Amino acid sequence: MANNNNKVVELEQVVVRFAGDSGDGMQLTGSLFSDSTAFAGNDFATFPDYPAEIRAPQGTVSGVSGFQIHFGRKNVYTSGDLADVLVAMNPASLKANMRWIKPQGLIIIDSDNFNDKWLEKAGYTTDPTTDGSLSGYRVIRTPISSMTKEAVKHLNLDPKTTLKTKNMFALGMVMYMFSREPEVIYQYFEKKFAANPIVVQANKSVLAAGYNYADTMEIVGHVYKVNPAPLSKGKYRNITGNVATAWGFIAAAERAGRPLFLGSYPITPATEILQELSYHKNLGVKAFQAEDEIAGIVSAIGASYTGSLAITTTSGPGLSLKSEAIGLAVMTELPLVIVDVQRGGPSTGLPTKSEQSDLMQALFGRNGEAPVIIVAAQSPTDCFYSAYEAAKLSMEHMTPVILLTDGSLANGSEVFRIPAVADLPEIHPPIAQANDPEYKPYRRDPEKLNRKWAIPGTPGLRHRVGGLEKEDVSGNVSHDPLNHQKMTLLREEKVMRVANYLPEQKVIGPDEAELLVVSWGGTYGVMRTVVEKMQQEGYSIALAHFRHIMPLPRNTEEVLGRYKKIIVCEINNGQFVKYLKMNFPQFKYHQYNKIQGLPFLVAELQEQFEKLLNA
Amino acid sequence: MENTQIDTPVMQLTKDDFASDQMVKWCPGCGDHAILHAVENVFPNLGIAKEDFVVVSGIGCSSRFPYYMNTYGIHGIHGRAAALATGVKLANPKLSVWMITGDGDCMAIGGNHFIHTIRRNIDINILLFNNKIYGLTKGQYSPTTPQGSKTKTSPQGTIERPFNPGELVIGSQGNFFARALDTNPKAMTSVFMEAAKHKGTSVVEILQNCVIFFNKAHDLITSKETRDDNQLWLEHGKPLIFGKDRNKGIVLKGTRLEVVTIGENGVTEADILVHDQYEKDPGIHMMIARMMPPEYPVALGVIRSVAAPTFDQSLVDLIEHEKQTSKFKTADDLLQSSPTWTID
Repeated sequence: MANNNNKVVELEQVVVRFAGDSGDGMQLTGSLFSDSTAFAGNDFATFPDYPAEIRAPQGTVSGVSGFQIHFGRKNVYTSGDLADVLVAMNPASLKANMRWIKPQGLIIIDSDNFNDKWLEKAGYTTDPTTDGSLSGYRVIRTPISSMTKEAVKHLNLDPKTTLKTKNMFALGMVMYMFSREPEVIYQYFEKKFAANPIVVQANKSVLAAGYNYADTMEIVGHVYKVNPAPLSKGKYRNITGNVATAWGFIAAAERAGRPLFLGSYPITPATEILQELSYHKNLGVKAFQAEDEIAGIVSAIGASYTGSLAITTTSGPGLSLKSEAIGLAVMTELPLVIVDVQRGGPSTGLPTKSEQSDLMQALFGRNGEAPVIIVAAQSPTDCFYSAYEAAKLSMEHMTPVILLTDGSLANGSEVFRIPAVADLPEIHPPIAQANDPEYKPYRRDPEKLNRKWAIPGTPGLRHRVGGLEKEDVSGNVSHDPLNHQKMTLLREEKVMRVANYLPEQKVIGPDEAELLVVSWGGTYGVMRTVVEKMQQEGYSIALAHFRHIMPLPRNTEEVLGRYKKIIVCEINNGQFVKYLKMNFPQFKYHQYNKIQGLPFLVAELQEQFEKLLNA
Repeated sequence: MENTQIDTPVMQLTKDDFASDQMVKWCPGCGDHAILHAVENVFPNLGIAKEDFVVVSGIGCSSRFPYYMNTYGIHGIHGRAAALATGVKLANPKLSVWMITGDGDCMAIGGNHFIHTIRRNIDINILLFNNKIYGLTKGQYSPTTPQGSKTKTSPQGTIERPFNPGELVIGSQGNFFARALDTNPKAMTSVFMEAAKHKGTSVVEILQNCVIFFNKAHDLITSKETRDDNQLWLEHGKPLIFGKDRNKGIVLKGTRLEVVTIGENGVTEADILVHDQYEKDPGIHMMIARMMPPEYPVALGVIRSVAAPTFDQSLVDLIEHEKQTSKFKTADDLLQSSPTWTID
C-alpha cells in the first residue's frame, strides 16, 4: 500500500498512546506498532499501563488499559512524557488519559462508543468530543466499531470475534499516519493465527480497512514520517525487560558451562521470566514452577549446591517470603540470583504499577548479618546484561545476588542490538577438582575470599553445608564465638571486595558542576534524557546513575564530592538517599521522590533541577 | 519388585565409608541413633557410588543427620527439606537423594512442600522421624501428637486432631509408603532398602522415641507387653495376620477393615485379607495406613509401592525431546531468532 497523500511532515520524535478497555487488546496493538517502529529503523521505548484486574468492568475508568510508545530519529531513552497522538477506544479511556495528551495533540476516538450509555459509564454528563471541552486538541471522530463490522462482513464471523478485531482498525489508521508498511503486521497474524486462517483474514482485512480509511478520508491532511535513527551497525530486535532478563541467564549459563535451573512461583510483574524460561527447555533450561515462593528459592539453592546456575524470580511480596532462604544461601556461600521485579507496595500494594521501593529490603531484609550483592538493571535491554552480570558475579564470588528490575523495565520494550555470546565477558566459576587433596569446604581464595564449588557426584569432595555457622576452612558446624565473628566479617568482606571487580561509577556530563543528579535502576532513561536536555540548554548539571548498589563502586565518595549540590531522585520515599547518607554522611543530599505508581516525567524533573540550581 | 532397577555394585563399600568424623550430638537413648546406623548399613548395599549420595534435611533434631553422614549433604531451613531435595534431584537426577525430616519439620511448617513433592512423584527417599513432639524446640506438640496430650504448649491437653502421615502421603497420591520402628533395626533396614529401590517419592515413617520430651510415645506399639497385639508386619502376598499366637487377622467387611480371630466364628486363614503392596487403587492401602490401636494393630513394613512416572525423569525426557526437535542449539540461536533487522 502506498500513500497517495503527497504531503509528508517529517518529525524528530513522536509519542503515541493507545487506550481502551482492558479487553480491547491495547497491549497487543501497542506491541505490534512497536514492531513496525523497529522495522522503520527508529529508536524507541514503550510503557504499558494496565489495571490489576484481568477484565475490569467494561467502559469504566478503572478498566482502562494503555500502551505508550515514544520513537524518534535520535536515541530514545524514555517512553515519553505526553502523547502527540492518543487513540481512545471509548469515553473511559479518553477520560483516563486526558492528562497525558500534549496541548494541540491529536485524539482519535471510536465515535460508535461515544453514546449515552458509555459516556455515563465513564462519568461524563455531556459528550466531550462535541461539547467543546476538547477545543485545545485535534479530534478525529471515526466510527471504528461499525466500520470494523463492515470490513469483515464477508467472512460471516460471530459478533464477538468481529469486535475483537476493532483494535486493528485503529492500528491501521495510525500505521497510515506514520507512513508504515503493514506487511510486518500481516506476517505476525500469519504466524500467530496459523491454525485459524479466518482469523488471519479478519485481522488483515480490518487493519487494511483502517489503513485505507485514513488514506481515503485524508483525516489528517498529511502523513508523518520519522526518519530512521542513527543506530550503530548490527543486528537488532525489539525486546522487553523480562524477556531480556531470561535471555541474559541463558547466555550466562552457556558461557559458564553450568546448567540453568529456575525455581519460581508466578507473581506480577515477574511471571514472564518464568514463562520465557519454561519455554526454553530446548536449550536445556530446567524451569520449575514451585508450590510457593519459598519452595522456588529453596529448590534453586538445592540446584545451586548441585552445580547449576540457579535463579529464582519474584516481585516484592515474594522477596519477603524468600528472605530466610536468602540467608541460607549467604551461609552456605552458594551462588544464587534472586530477581526482584519491583512493583508498588507494601503488601500487595499496586501490583501492576512500578516502584523502586524494595531497595531497603534487598539490602537489609534478612535476619543476622547477611550481605548480598545487589545489581539494579537500568533499561529493558540492560536487563539482559544485568542478568548476565548478576550470574557471573554470583558464581565467581560464590554468594547470592539480588537483581533489582521493576515493572516499567519488565514490560517496557526497546531496541536491542543483539550481542554475540562469545563477546560477553567470560565466566569462571571456582569449581573444585575431583580428588583435590587440598579441598576444604570453606577454604577461601585469598583475593576474592570465595570458597570452592564442590559438586555432588564428584569423587573425593564429599562435604556438608547448611544454615548452621561453620568453622572457618573446615566447614564443620561451630558455635565458637570468635569463629562466628570471624566468619561474619569474612562474608561481609567477600561481598565488599566485589567492588574490585566492578567498573568505577561513571558520570554523564562534566566532572564538576553545580548540580549532580543521582539515580539508580529503572529510571536511567528519563534521568539521562532530562540531564542531557538541560546540558544542551546550558545548565551546569551531571548525572551519576547507579547500576551497582552493593557494593557501591569504589569511587562513589569521590564522585559525590566533586559537585556543589546533589539531588537523589527515586520512585520511592528516599531509600537510596538514606543508604548514601549512611555511607557518606559528610554530603548534603536533596531529594525528589515520586510514589504514585507512575514513572518520572522529563518536565517535572527539569522543574525540580531548575529550582535547585536557581536557589 | 516390579519397579526396581539397581546397578550391580561397582565397588564394595562398607558402613565405614559413610560414617562421619563429626560427634553425634543426639541424646543418649534417642531413637535417631538406630536410624543412623540403619542408613549406614543400607547405603553400601545399594550399588551406588559413594559420591552420588546426597542427604538433605530441614530443621530439628533429626535434621542434623547430614552432618553425621559422610556423603554430600545440605542442611536447610525449617520445613523446606523437600524443596531443597527437589532442587538437588532435578538439577542432577543421577544422584540418590535422601531427605531426613521430623513430624514438625515435615507435617507442620513443611506440609505444603511435603504434599507437593509426593504429588509430583520426584524420585527422592523421605525418612520421616515421627516422635510426635517438637524435640529441638523442647517439647511443644506437633501435628502428630495424639489428641489430649499434655505438652508445653498444651498444658491442658491438645485439642487438635493429629495427622496420620500415611494417610497424608496416600491422600497426596503417594506411591510408596512404609512404616518402621526405631526399636527394630533389622526390619527398618529392609524397609529402607525397598524405599531406595522405589523410583519416585518414597516415604518411610519411622516411629521414633524422644527420650526427653515424649518418652514412650509409641509404648503401646513397642513395649514387650503390648507389641505383639499392636504390631502387624506386612509382607506382599501374605495375609494380614498378627498377635502373640498369630491367630488374629484383618478382614475386609463391607467397606471397612475389621480385626478377627482365626478359629472363632468360623473364621479361617483363607478369610484374612492378603496384602498387595503393588495395588494401584489406594483404597485398601489407605485403610491399612489408618489402622491404629486400640481398635487395630499398626501396620508396619511396606504398605504401598506402586510404579509411576517420576517428575525428574519426565522433565529429562521433555528437555531431550525439545532439544532434538528445536532449531535452537545455542543462546546465539535464540538471540538471533526472528523477528530481527539489520543496520549496515
